[in-house]
Amino acid sequence: MTASTATETGAAIVKLEDVHLSFGQTEVLKGIDLTINKGDAVSIIGPSGSGKSTILRCINALVTPQSGKITVAGTRVDQLTKESERIQLRKRVGIVFQQYNLFPHLTVLDNIVLAPTKILGADRTATVKLARELLEKVRLSEKADAYPGQLSGGQQQRVAIARALAMKPELVLFDEVTSALDPETVGEVLWVIRDLIRDGMTSILVTHEMRFAEEISDTVVFTENGRIVDHGSPQQIFHTTDNPRIRQFVGGLSGGGRGAVRDGEGI
Amino acid sequence: MSMAVTPKTTSTSSRVLRYIGFVAMPLIVIVWSLIDLSLGRELVEWIPYLASGFSMNILITICAVTLGTTAGVTLGLMQLAPFWFVRLPAQIYVQIFRNAPALVLIFATTYIFPFEIVLFGNYLPFPDWVKAVIGLAILSSAYIAEITRGAVLSIPTTQWEATKGLGFSRLQALRYVILPQCVRRSLPPWMNVASSMAMGTSLASLVGVHELMHAATDASTAVRRLDFTIIAYVVVMAAFFTLCYPIARLTRRLEQRFNAG
Ligand SMILES: Nc1ncnc2c1ncn2[C@@H]1O[C@H](COP(=O)(O)OP(=O)(O)OP(=O)(O)O)[C@@H](O)[C@H]1O
Ligand SMILES: [Mg+2]
Repeated sequence: MTASTATETGAAIVKLEDVHLSFGQTEVLKGIDLTINKGDAVSIIGPSGSGKSTILRCINALVTPQSGKITVAGTRVDQLTKESERIQLRKRVGIVFQQYNLFPHLTVLDNIVLAPTKILGADRTATVKLARELLEKVRLSEKADAYPGQLSGGQQQRVAIARALAMKPELVLFDEVTSALDPETVGEVLWVIRDLIRDGMTSILVTHEMRFAEEISDTVVFTENGRIVDHGSPQQIFHTTDNPRIRQFVGGLSGGGRGAVRDGEGI
Repeated sequence: MSMAVTPKTTSTSSRVLRYIGFVAMPLIVIVWSLIDLSLGRELVEWIPYLASGFSMNILITICAVTLGTTAGVTLGLMQLAPFWFVRLPAQIYVQIFRNAPALVLIFATTYIFPFEIVLFGNYLPFPDWVKAVIGLAILSSAYIAEITRGAVLSIPTTQWEATKGLGFSRLQALRYVILPQCVRRSLPPWMNVASSMAMGTSLASLVGVHELMHAATDASTAVRRLDFTIIAYVVVMAAFFTLCYPIARLTRRLEQRFNAG
């Protein structure tokens, strides 16, 4: 799966066409066009407030745009009128937030098991087995019976990823999942996401981790001011672009000390 | 309501209370009865009558708190409903009854409801103690509605966001994620309401319900001895203490259980 061939081989799983969205008077998305193929990893980068989170929230119908077409896994998301229809979509699209938002009253295992059993009606025994497999995948098997409050930020975020995966989503959205973490725990979360992408999970990541985005992405999208300024292979966006804004943004972030810390984590 | 119990007792003051309730007050009763055996004999004679009154306090407390908690949680959630026609009636109910004195409610329910109801041609008695239960349940439901509403609002919106992202409906989120977290937060204020209701059962004596206060008044009128009257009311105090104490213990136990999380 390389950046150059991905667009040809995979079938589109997410397609945004001329999406416009305003919150009250503020226009947040000013015509977004974006196609993401099955199995791709796409990173969305750009300055704060440029609409990155809003794009993700459009994809799993947490917000509804004023105009434009959004197709996700065969569903016309922009045409969903009932909350129950949006809920059906959200069951198929995983999302992981910056603040992991685990359920504090449940153990790690129950955090993962709750939604599949109660929302999808999955068999509990089978779900517990799946949950244990996922915990192994995120390297937290020994924490199954711990409560979220007893875990570090990085560990909680890995549980949140396992929780999203337990719904067996067709794609996963990651919204700055490492931004709230201590630098020393960022690496362990990125490891997990990298594994996931290698396993072929369609992933859309909003991230400030430029090195990571460069390494794992098939496509990198640069947003500014509610528009997609440019998109292309990591090589194009990070190294060969002519756009001075992107050069400035990428240079400003990846040159910092934070990248150096993460090198030690084995990225 | 004026008889609200102090919310949190430190461990030392609760030890003192326990000492007064379970040691000092019974000791006064026993020692005094032994010193003056005629007083002791009167007391032994009246104890079953007082006990029958006290069983009514227990019954009213359990019924009022159960009913009030069920109605209160429902009303509290209704107050948060997205539809005004659900929200508004609950808000009006809570605002009216939250500030009503318990005695007024008990008088109101006693005199508004008939003494019997006709159901399919059968005359069913509507006893006064049931009316007292309703009066106290109305009051406690208004308090518990506010407690519930406050607890739900105190849960961070990010918890709602997480459930939404996982495909929960609003009601599913409430049931599986939000309300379980509310239980722990609401336990201490709930205990206050339950204790207040236990105390409030004594007001039922004023509308003629045969409960402990009523029984003690009967007894002291019949015996007509000042020392007996004093000792009878010491017994009443000790009894109310033993009614509230288990509520406090139970709450603390539940709190510890939830704190393990
Ligand atoms: N619910 C909302 N109501 C009003 N304005 C909003 C809402 N959500 C987002 N916005 C605004 O929309 C704009 C884009 O927000 P968005 O969260 O998508 O940006 P972002 O690129 O994710 O930024 P960041 O990097 O800071 O997370 C911001 O100006 C924000 O203030
Ligand atoms: Mg954001």
